[in-house]
Amino acid sequence: MSIPVRGAIDCDIHPAVPGIKTLLPYMDEFWQETFIARGQDGFVMGSYPPNAPISCRPDWKPPAGLPGSDFGQLQSQALDSFQARFAICNCLYGGLIAVSETMAAAMCGAVNDWIAAEWLDRDPRLRASILIPAQSPELAVEEIERLAADRRFVQILMPAALEMMLGKRYYWPIYAAAERHGLPIGLHAGSMYRHAPTSTGWPSHFLQDYVSNTQAFESQLLSLIAQGVFSKFPALKVVLIESGVTWLPGLIWRAVKTWRGVRAEVPWVKQSPAEQIREHVRLTVQPIDGPKDAGVLERIIEQIGSDDMLLFSTDYPHWQFENEAALPDGIPRRLIEKIMVENPLATYSRLKENVQ
Amino acid sequence: MSLTLDRPAQRNEAQSRLQVIDCDIHPSLADDRALFPYLSAQWREHLSQYGNRPHTIYAERGTYPRFAPNTARRDAWPPSGKPPGADLAFMQRQHLDAYNIEFGVLEPLVDANTPRNLELATAMTHAVNEWQIAEFTSKEPRLKASIQVAAEDTEGAVAEIELRAGDPQFAQVQLGSRSLEPIGRKRYWPIFAAAQAHNLPIGFHIGGPSAFSPTPTGWPDFYVEDHHVLIHSMQAQAASLILEGVFEHFPRLRVVMIEGGFAWAAPLAWRLDKHWAKMRNEVPHVKRPPSEYMRANVWFATQPMEEPENPEDLRLIFDCIGWDRMLYSSDYPHWDFDDPARAFRIEMSEAERRLILHDNAVAFYQLDERG
Repeated sequence: MSIPVRGAIDCDIHPAVPGIKTLLPYMDEFWQETFIARGQDGFVMGSYPPNAPISCRPDWKPPAGLPGSDFGQLQSQALDSFQARFAICNCLYGGLIAVSETMAAAMCGAVNDWIAAEWLDRDPRLRASILIPAQSPELAVEEIERLAADRRFVQILMPAALEMMLGKRYYWPIYAAAERHGLPIGLHAGSMYRHAPTSTGWPSHFLQDYVSNTQAFESQLLSLIAQGVFSKFPALKVVLIESGVTWLPGLIWRAVKTWRGVRAEVPWVKQSPAEQIREHVRLTVQPIDGPKDAGVLERIIEQIGSDDMLLFSTDYPHWQFENEAALPDGIPRRLIEKIMVENPLATYSRLKENVQ
Repeated sequence: MSLTLDRPAQRNEAQSRLQVIDCDIHPSLADDRALFPYLSAQWREHLSQYGNRPHTIYAERGTYPRFAPNTARRDAWPPSGKPPGADLAFMQRQHLDAYNIEFGVLEPLVDANTPRNLELATAMTHAVNEWQIAEFTSKEPRLKASIQVAAEDTEGAVAEIELRAGDPQFAQVQLGSRSLEPIGRKRYWPIFAAAQAHNLPIGFHIGGPSAFSPTPTGWPDFYVEDHHVLIHSMQAQAASLILEGVFEHFPRLRVVMIEGGFAWAAPLAWRLDKHWAKMRNEVPHVKRPPSEYMRANVWFATQPMEEPENPEDLRLIFDCIGWDRMLYSSDYPHWDFDDPARAFRIEMSEAERRLILHDNAVAFYQLDERG
């Protein structure tokens, strides 16, 4: 389905860092010296091999450089084509997953300042997520505090799979900061690969790695619920980005059934997992992983049981659909305006502010 | 969409006494020396001194404490004092007779395939197979055994399959859903070759020797999480079998996913299809859309039943997977047992009920020939 609504809010686009040189002006002397003297570059995340078909739609390939690195092209292809009112930049870069906490912090900080100066300043339609080094919640909170006053940052970005499960108390300072500043936590498909992509080990193919992202998303939701994160931080929103959608009803049913069976283990979980998910969790629609039969997709979307959860996204420049068909057939009509405008505004409250 | 069947259905728990085939019954060891008669003196001594040493944190139990003693139904403890699943006469009375079970497939979960010492694992799985015959199938023809193998010792596993293949007491090869590596990888292919050559299906039961964390992002704290994410290992195995080309190479292989849920199956197939369409050049050996292999080669056991908030959505799940691919399973004597008369919260026609409770299993296990 092509875009029937003007002023859509695209909740997932990916400007790319061309290379470490781009970031050096946004680093202190130590890190400048470090990256130059050690000759280090190439911090593209392993979850997105830059030349894999999914990483760039064929007609969105830039004349040179990485997909998503050309500002003018992004403006015309991602913003103009879909008549976007806003688009949220989720810059996937190695700082999110570096094993060194301090290097991660340096890279995330540089990306955030670079996005603000060279993207957000140049187009009022752009908003961005704050990259954080979640490897160290202490440094992550410092980064959130440093940038929270810039209201063009509307979300905190982390990869779906890190070193530990996200419900654990280790990460709670991040959620406290997120709640304090009205920033949702965005979990984007991708992994630090500290654990195998499946519980039976390392698949041979990128295709299976990518498809298996759903298992990380599901596991993180179960962890956040079981550890009581949503009752500790009742205003927290978690956005699953590039997660796929059709697995969600099955997850909800199984989570409820299991919780009913053994909830005595986690007595602090008083609200049904279904209610917690519907209240606190949002998902971007691309890549929609639906069947050929749009009627079946429509039934699956109804099974989600909430009209508030899906957020419009193109996942630009990733290759998830053709032409302008960013909204899959099978989305119930009453949801289109919700998905494209109302749900994003409700999720990212900062989008409702006038920002100069 | 699959079969269109008549639907004059009425849910009536006292309706026709349909004969039932149960593809997940757990026999258990009467005590921790129950396998000793089938093990050499060396392994008996080894187990007594060192234990079986799987990838777990405690010496004598699994990492995640379960929620009921022996993971069992409270009423499944036999008066004899044996553990649930260890007393054949009690199992016959409480389960086989009570539910009109025509055949039941044993799925032993006795930590035989989990030792890191692969020679021990192979010896223990051999012992488990001997034990199933001696204690269960030789005494009760309604019970069928599984050929348990230590998949990590592929040579030993194939030898065990060859040893049992001609014995009609065995219905399938049993593998764990959590192998050390994704099960589609080439090192495991001799097992699939042997299974196909002997026309034996493979039953994947949740569990197994994996050394990896239960999730792609680490270790959960709680059983409520671990119990749930076990189903992800099934998803991983299904995807691995398809993407590594196992079904392309062994087109007559039949596998059933046991105790891993099934609401995920169609969404996984759609997701695989969507991304395969773009990246099939990475897996050139996968000639057809992944969903077609799923439809052709994969069956699903029903327990623990999916419970959609709108019960009628269960019908949509069966429609998407295929009514001919669902096999009833009880998980007796475990706490999350599914009663064949009560677990399906939708109205099914007599024909649909017969497929899931009986006929699909006859076809899958080829019980007409092996019965």
